Amino acid sequence: MQKATIQLETLTCPSCLQKIDKAVKALEGVDKESVEVLFNSSKVKVNYDEEKTSIEEIEKAITALGYEVLKSRVKAL
Amino acid sequence: MQGFILSKKNQITLISAILIATGFVSIFAFSNEDVFNLAFITASILGLLPIAIQAYQALRVKVVSIDVLVTVAVIGAFLIKNYEESAIVTFLFLFGALLEQRTLNKTRSAIRELTEMAPEKALKQMPGGEYEEIDVDDVEEGDILLVKTGAKIPVDGLVLTGEGYVNEASITGESVPVNKKKDSKVFAGTILENGTLQILAERVGEDTTFGKIIELVEEAQDSKSAAERFIDRFSRYYTPAVLLLSILVWLLSRDIELAITILVLGCPGALVIGVPVSNVAGIGNGARKGVLLKGSEVIHAFSKVDTMVFDKTGTLTIGNPEVAEIEVYADNAGEVFAYLASIENESDHPLARAVLEYIGDVDFYTVENTHVVKGSGIVAYVKGHRVAVGNLALMEREKVHLSEKARSDILRFEEKGNSLVLTAVDGELKILMGIRDRIRPGVKKDLQRLKKLGVKNLVVLSGDNQGTVDTVASELGLTEAHGNMLPEGKAAYIKELQSRGRVVAFVGDGVNDSPSIALADIGIAMGGGTDVAIETSDLVLMNSDFSRLPHALGLAKATVKNMRQNIFIAVGVVLFLMVSVFFSEWMNMSIGMLVHEASILVVILNGMRLLSYRLR
Repeated sequence: MQKATIQLETLTCPSCLQKIDKAVKALEGVDKESVEVLFNSSKVKVNYDEEKTSIEEIEKAITALGYEVLKSRVKAL
Repeated sequence: MQGFILSKKNQITLISAILIATGFVSIFAFSNEDVFNLAFITASILGLLPIAIQAYQALRVKVVSIDVLVTVAVIGAFLIKNYEESAIVTFLFLFGALLEQRTLNKTRSAIRELTEMAPEKALKQMPGGEYEEIDVDDVEEGDILLVKTGAKIPVDGLVLTGEGYVNEASITGESVPVNKKKDSKVFAGTILENGTLQILAERVGEDTTFGKIIELVEEAQDSKSAAERFIDRFSRYYTPAVLLLSILVWLLSRDIELAITILVLGCPGALVIGVPVSNVAGIGNGARKGVLLKGSEVIHAFSKVDTMVFDKTGTLTIGNPEVAEIEVYADNAGEVFAYLASIENESDHPLARAVLEYIGDVDFYTVENTHVVKGSGIVAYVKGHRVAVGNLALMEREKVHLSEKARSDILRFEEKGNSLVLTAVDGELKILMGIRDRIRPGVKKDLQRLKKLGVKNLVVLSGDNQGTVDTVASELGLTEAHGNMLPEGKAAYIKELQSRGRVVAFVGDGVNDSPSIALADIGIAMGGGTDVAIETSDLVLMNSDFSRLPHALGLAKATVKNMRQNIFIAVGVVLFLMVSVFFSEWMNMSIGMLVHEASILVVILNGMRLLSYRLR
């Protein structure tokens, strides 16, 4: 399992959180319990199985919603 | 394409504004309806693009977002050929979002400033001995790093060589430079103001003290109280409900205008944003002033505290015993002080340190035949004189005669809560010292402030004897004082207070008081940025600064009040709009959108006030 912290552009609408949350959870290999979208710090924290998905996949799912990814950090759990 | 449109949102907003202005000029100045319509139709379509894209993305992940409501409303307005409404609503929505982003950034600025203090680069010693700049994430424990003047110290570590002055404000909140030399500990995120240090990395990244502080604050700003979680759940059903309501109204009344107006008015903006905004601004204010609040729940609980329990040593007092009173019975006082200092210099007893500090610099004599009497003191020979330093029991053992005056002095010192150190030379009492732990300067004023803020009971619990504790309590005006207490006893007492319905905050040094800190409704650690303090408590006062406690309490109360105001504004606005749409003539989509966006800005600006909160 990998733990990713993804820094997004400033989030302004709380309904963005819901969108990002659902989009990330919809990916295969993502630990649904671990998904956390932080409004004020504009970050997404997620654990995922690197054999089923990748940080690029997760970033793509978020960018597809129209939110820019500034930086991500991945650490092995 | 979608990404391109979204990234050009600001430009679209601007063009939209120009088009709307052109439209109004052409109709009012030239009565030209064609240009008017053309301008407004273009503005509507252009403005709707980014909103519709966001709506589509939301629907794809099965979320009915505000964008969906606005998109449906604008399309509806377009269908009934009300281009003026559709253009103005899209513009206001985009412009509002822009302003929200700007102002939100401001409210978050305090915390961002903190996280931006995190080090990014480090100079690492390579196997060849030369230094190379690497990313701080790549530094590992055991690496040897070089820090130059003006640079941030990248890790928690130990100075190997070099000397310098470090500003530790990021850890302690105190921007007085601290001298560092070989074997000094240095902390990540602090700044080397001058000198050069070679350091050994002991803890890196998130494990450093600074890393922990950042993590704590970041988590705190997004932590949610029960009320907020309720609002979250509520808003999840609220937007779809508004959509349903509008469809229902349309089916029943066949009035598209009314139906789409409801869509716009029902947007929940201010309600969902109001509370997080107060939260982040309140926590940000605290972080700037050396008060770390662990989240919204803590703020709520802390604002309700009516009883504060303090540990004595190290919390109300400095935790560093000092000579408070002295009586000298000798004529050759200077000589006796030198004997005393020479003997104490060989002891590592805490009272000995206090005595030495009091006497200051003297030339030490040779001390011979030192004999330590356990629990009483020391007997030794200096320059051929038999010198006894210790408590009353030692004086009795040495058969020292105590005069009438000495006896009354001893009684007086004891009543004031002093520990006694007597010095006798050749069986004659020469010096009497009363040593006690000094009360922190300013604590009395701070306690009065706490009382003014509504803390009814101020309690001190201590392991010291009852007399000492009572002295402190009466000096500081505390309401209760209990001595001879072990850590378990303190915890049990807090439980008892809670069972009497009190909301209890416990203030301790965070090391030996962890049971009490964990048990109290709010555990407060006076941590000089120590790990234990950061981890076990709900609230950390950086650099053990007691004077920040009243500010923390005032801030918690102000933050809770601010949240309530924001909820009140948000709910009030939605109710006002909904009532107006049914009972007034003048309410329409554009006005609705204007009021709605304005209410969002009002709650953000209201939250921002907390950034400059100051205790009066």
